[in-house]
Amino acid sequence: MDFRFSKQEQAFYEEVDEFLTKELPERWSEECLYWPGGYGTIPDFEGLSPEAEQFRHKLADRGWLALTWPKEYGGGGRSHMEQAIFQERLSYYRAPGPGVATLIAGPTILQFGSEETKREWLPRIAKAEVRFWLAYSEPNAGSDLAAIQTSAVEDGEYLIVNGQKSWSSGAHVSDYAWMLVRTNPSAPAHKGISLVILDNRSPGISIRPLINICGFHSFNEVFFDNVRVPKRNIVGQRDRGWYYAMAALDYERLVVPIGNFKRTLEELVQWVKKEGLSQDILVKDRLAELAIEIQIAYMFFWQTACMLDKGLLPNIEASVFKLVAAELSRKLAHTAVTVMGHHGELHPDVQWAPFRGRACIGYLDCISALVGAGSSEIQRNIIAARGLGLPWA
Amino acid sequence: MEFAFTKEEESFREEVRNWLRENISPRWSEIDAGLWEETEESWSLLRQFQRKLGQKGWLAPAYPKEYGGLEMSHLKRLILSEELAYHRAPFGIETEISVNWVGGAILLFGDEKQKKKYLTEVAKGESCFCLGYSEPNSGSDLASIQTRAVEDGDSWVINGQKTWCSFAHYADYCWLGARTDPNVPKHKGISMFVIDMKTPGITVRPLINILGRHSFNEVFFDDVRVPRDALIGQKNNGWYQLVMALDFERSLIGTAAANQRLIEELLQYAKETKIDGKRLSDAPLLKDELAELVVENEVLRMMCYRIAWMYSKNLHPSYESSMSLLFSSELLRRIANVGMRVLGHYGELDRDSKWAVFKARILRTYLSCISIGVGGGTNEIQRNIVAMRGLGLPRQQ
Amino acid sequence: MDFGLSEEQELLKNSARDFLQKECPKQLVRQLDESKDGYSPELWRKMAELGWMGLPFPEKYGGGGGSFMDLAILLEAMGYNIVPGPFYSTVVLGGLAILSAGSEEQKKELLPKVSSGNLRLALALTEPSARYEAAYIETAAKAHNGNYVINGAKLFVLDAHIADFLLCVARTRAADKPENGITVFLVDSKSPGVKCTLLKTLARDKQCEVIFDNVVVPKENILGGLNRGWQVIQDLLQKATVAKCAEMVGGAQAALDMAVAYAKERVQFNRPIGSFQAIQHYCANMVSDVDGSRFVTYKAAWRVSEGLPATFDVAVAKAWTGAAYCRVTLLGHQIFGAVGFTMDHDMHLYYRRAKAGDILFGDSAFQRAIVARELGL
Repeated sequence: MDFRFSKQEQAFYEEVDEFLTKELPERWSEECLYWPGGYGTIPDFEGLSPEAEQFRHKLADRGWLALTWPKEYGGGGRSHMEQAIFQERLSYYRAPGPGVATLIAGPTILQFGSEETKREWLPRIAKAEVRFWLAYSEPNAGSDLAAIQTSAVEDGEYLIVNGQKSWSSGAHVSDYAWMLVRTNPSAPAHKGISLVILDNRSPGISIRPLINICGFHSFNEVFFDNVRVPKRNIVGQRDRGWYYAMAALDYERLVVPIGNFKRTLEELVQWVKKEGLSQDILVKDRLAELAIEIQIAYMFFWQTACMLDKGLLPNIEASVFKLVAAELSRKLAHTAVTVMGHHGELHPDVQWAPFRGRACIGYLDCISALVGAGSSEIQRNIIAARGLGLPWA
Repeated sequence: MEFAFTKEEESFREEVRNWLRENISPRWSEIDAGLWEETEESWSLLRQFQRKLGQKGWLAPAYPKEYGGLEMSHLKRLILSEELAYHRAPFGIETEISVNWVGGAILLFGDEKQKKKYLTEVAKGESCFCLGYSEPNSGSDLASIQTRAVEDGDSWVINGQKTWCSFAHYADYCWLGARTDPNVPKHKGISMFVIDMKTPGITVRPLINILGRHSFNEVFFDDVRVPRDALIGQKNNGWYQLVMALDFERSLIGTAAANQRLIEELLQYAKETKIDGKRLSDAPLLKDELAELVVENEVLRMMCYRIAWMYSKNLHPSYESSMSLLFSSELLRRIANVGMRVLGHYGELDRDSKWAVFKARILRTYLSCISIGVGGGTNEIQRNIVAMRGLGLPRQQ
Repeated sequence: MDFGLSEEQELLKNSARDFLQKECPKQLVRQLDESKDGYSPELWRKMAELGWMGLPFPEKYGGGGGSFMDLAILLEAMGYNIVPGPFYSTVVLGGLAILSAGSEEQKKELLPKVSSGNLRLALALTEPSARYEAAYIETAAKAHNGNYVINGAKLFVLDAHIADFLLCVARTRAADKPENGITVFLVDSKSPGVKCTLLKTLARDKQCEVIFDNVVVPKENILGGLNRGWQVIQDLLQKATVAKCAEMVGGAQAALDMAVAYAKERVQFNRPIGSFQAIQHYCANMVSDVDGSRFVTYKAAWRVSEGLPATFDVAVAKAWTGAAYCRVTLLGHQIFGAVGFTMDHDMHLYYRRAKAGDILFGDSAFQRAIVARELGL
C-alpha cells in the first residue's frame, strides 16, 4: 500500500492546478453555486455560458476531456489515477467541463460499442463537439428503471421512438440523448431494452422545462412522437441495453465532485473563524466530524481509481462511494445551515449573503444527492445483495 | 388537555414512595440486580417482595377485586409503575410477564375456574409464569411455531421445544403457545395453554446471557401430558389471544421513570467529578449530550402517559405501544452510550472492581440494553406494526 | 392527565383545517411565497372574520377570550396547511407582548385593531449577529426632547415590510448586566428613518433588514417600562417558541400524511413502495417524531396557558420539535424520490419551513443549553 502520488502523478496534479487557476473565468469558483453531491446545481446543466464553453474547449484542446481513452479515439491514454487527480482538482475549483458525454456515454461506448460506434462518437466527444443527456427515467420508471415503456419499433433502417422521459437533466442544452428504449416488448423486462443515441434536433421531440426546488432549470420532461433514429445509433447489441446501462450507472456513480466537498468545508470554516465562532466547542466538533468524513470519502475516491487502473470494475464500490457521497452532501448542508443559523437561510440572490448563500441552496440540493442516480435505498439494496450476497427481496 | 395529576393521584404517589422506602430490603439494594442479572438470591428476594406487594393488592392492581386486584385506575397504575421503576424495586419483566401479559390474557379469555385459580395466585405473588413463545425456527415469525399439542382422551399431549424462555427455571407455570391444527394457515392453528412446570416430561436447559447470568432457557417438552382445562380460551384462537397479550407487553409504561433515575445518576456523577479542576459537566459537548437525553426522556414520558390515558378512556392502543417500546429501547441504548462516554475507562470496569462507579450499572446497562430492542418483538417488527397497523401501509408481499 | 381536546377545541381544529384547505390551497401558498407582501388581503380578512386574530385576547379588547392552548391548536392547523402571512408576527410576536406588557391605554388602542385584522405588527429583535442573548443588542435608543431616538440595524425580522408597527428592542442604557438596559418601543413603521429591505430566504418567509436611522419615538410608546424590556422579551419568547412548535407539529403531520399516502399509491417493482420494509421503517420513525413533538409541545403550551413555570418544558419542546420536523421532511423527500425535487411538488414547502422554524429563537443546541442550565449543569 502506498498513499502518495508518484512523481508523474504529482507533476500532473500541479499542472492541472496551475491550469485551472489561470484559465478559469475570473471568480468562477467563488460565484459558482454547485453544491457537492447535488444534481440540481451542476454547472452548465442550466445553461451554457460563453466563458464556460470556451473553457471546455481549452480542456478538450489539451486532451483532458478524455484522459483515459486510447489515443486512437482522441483520448489521452493516461491512467485512471490521473483522471481522478484531474477530477479532484476540477471539482475543487467547481469548474465546468466534463459532462455526461465524456464521463458516462464515452466510457460505456468504449466498453461495449462496436468499432464503428467508437470511431463515430469518441473523437467528437473528446473534442467537446457534442453534449449528451441521460434519457433514462420515466413517470412510471424511477427506481424500477426496467419498467420503462418508451418504445422503439423497427422500420427499415430506422427505429421509430414513442414515449416520454422525465428528469432529463440538461436535455435543453444538449445535442444527443443517451437513451434507453424498449425494442422487444415480449421479452422479460431486462432483456428487451436497447441503448440508443438520439439526435435532439430530430423532428417529433418536445422539451418541457421543470424547475427544481433550488429554482434552477436542470430538469425537463421530454416527449417523443414518432422520432426516427438510425439503427446504426444502437450502442452495442440490440436488446442488451439494460446491461450497458448498469455499467453506465456505475460510471455515473463514480462522478463525485470530491474536491468541491473539501473546498466547501474550507469556506465554511473560514466563515466560522470570521464570525468569531471558533471557540464554540459544539461548532468545532461538528466541523471536525465533517473533516473526518470527507477524508473517508477521499479514500473511497482514490480506491476506485486504483481499481480501474488494475483493470477491476468498481461495481459495489461505486454504490458504496455514491452512498457515502450522498450522505456527506446532506450532512455538509445540514451542518452549514445549523452552524450559520439565520445567516444560513439567506438565498444567494441576497448580494451580501455570507458563504455565497450556499447553505440555503445546499440544504435544498442535497436532497437530489439522496435520490438521484439511484436513491440511497437502491444503493443499499445493491450493496447488500450484490456485495454481501444477501438475497434480493 | 391537561398535563398534571390530580391531588388524589399525587398523594397516591407519596403513599407508594413511602411504602417502597420501607419495604425494599437493604440487601436488594446492595446486590442491585438489574435486568437479566438474576441470581438465586435475587430471585428469592424478588418473590418475597412480590408477596408483600400482593398483600397490598399492588402486584396486580388492575385485576378485578375478586381475583386479588384493586380495579385500580390506569393513571394510578401508571404512577405505581413509575415509582416501582424509579426506586428500582424488585419488579421488572418477570413480574410484567405473569401479571400483565399472561394475567391479562387469562382475564380476557379464561373461564371462571381458570381465572379464579391463576389470577388469584398471581395477584398474591404465590405463582409466576414463564413465556413459552419463541422456538429455534420461530422468532420474529412467531406464528410459525411448531410445538404440537394433540388431544388424547382427557388430556393434551405436548411435544416440542421453546427457546429464550426467561425464568423457566424458577417459574411455576409456562404460558405456552402450541400448534393444535397443522392443516390451516399458521395464524389459525395455535392455542394457548397453562402448563404446570412440575409436569413430567419438561426439561429446562440453561442459556447463559452476555452478562454471564442465567435468565434464559431452552425448554423441551417430551410427551408432556396435561389436563383438558390447561387450554385457555378457544382452541385454535391462540394467536389472537397472544397478540392481545403482546399489546399489554408493549406498554411497559414505567420506562421513562427508570431512565430518569439513571440519567440523574449520570448528571450527578458529571457534576461531582473533576478533571484538571473542571467539572465533567462543564464540557459543552457533554452538557449538550446529557441535555438531549433529558429531552428525549421527556418525549418518552409523554408517549407512555398517552398510552395510560388511552386505556383510561377505553381507547385501545394499536401502534402506540409499539412506538413507545421501540423509542424507549433506542433511548436506553443512547443513555448507555452517553454513560460510557461520561465514565470513560471507568465505564469498562465490572462491579467487583474497587474503582467501579455506581456498581458498574452503566456497563451492565450497556450490555443488557441490547436485548431491549430485540426481545418482545424486535425494533424492526415494532416499526412494521407502526407502519401497517398505525398508518395502514400495505403488507410486504 | 388528559391528552384529549375539548369539544370546542376539536371544532376549532377541524373547522380551521377545512377552511384553510378551501381558502389557502397550495397554489395560493406558492403565489404568496413569490410575492413581495407575502399575504392575501382577502384571506386575511376572512381569517379576521372567523375571529382568528382575536383568539387569544380578552373580549374587552375585541378578542375571542380564548386560551393559549386554543391558539396553539389553531397554529397547528395553520402549520398543517401552510398559511403565508403575518399572522404569527402580528398575533403572537406583537399581540401577546402587548397583552402581557402593555399599559391599559396601549392595550385598548392596539389589541382591538389586531383582533379585527386592521393592524399588522412585527418584532424587531434580532441583529446582524443573529444571536439571541441580551449582550448582542446594539441598536440604541437615546432620550431626546421628551422622546427617544433610535439608531441601529435589525436583521431577520419577520414581516417588517408590511407591518404597521414594529416592536423594536433597543438598548437604553449601558448597565452592569446587559439585560438591565433594554427597552421595547412601539415604532410606527412609517416614521422617517425606518427602512425595510425584504430578504430572500430559504423558506420565502419575508424576513427583512430594518435600518433605524434617527427614528423618533414618543416615550408613550415604550412597552413594559423603561429598561425593563428584556423581561418583556423573555416572557414573550417563551410563548413565541411554543407557538412556533405548535405550527411545526402541524407541518410535520402534513409531511407524514403526504408521504404515507404516496407510499400507498406509488407502484414500482410491481408493488406499492409502502410495502417495502425500508419505507415502512422510515414512516414508523416519522410517527415517533410527529407524536413525540405533539406531546411535548402541548405540555409546554399547557404550562404556559396555566401560568406555570415553563422554561424547562419550552426548551424541551423546541429542542425536540425543530429537529423532528427537519427529520420528518427529509424522510418525506426520501420517500417521494425525484418527483419531490421539483418546484411543483409540495414537500419542499414543508422542508424549507422546518429549517426556518428550527432556527427561529434558538435551534436545538441552543435549547439544550437551556435544558442543561435548568438541570443545574
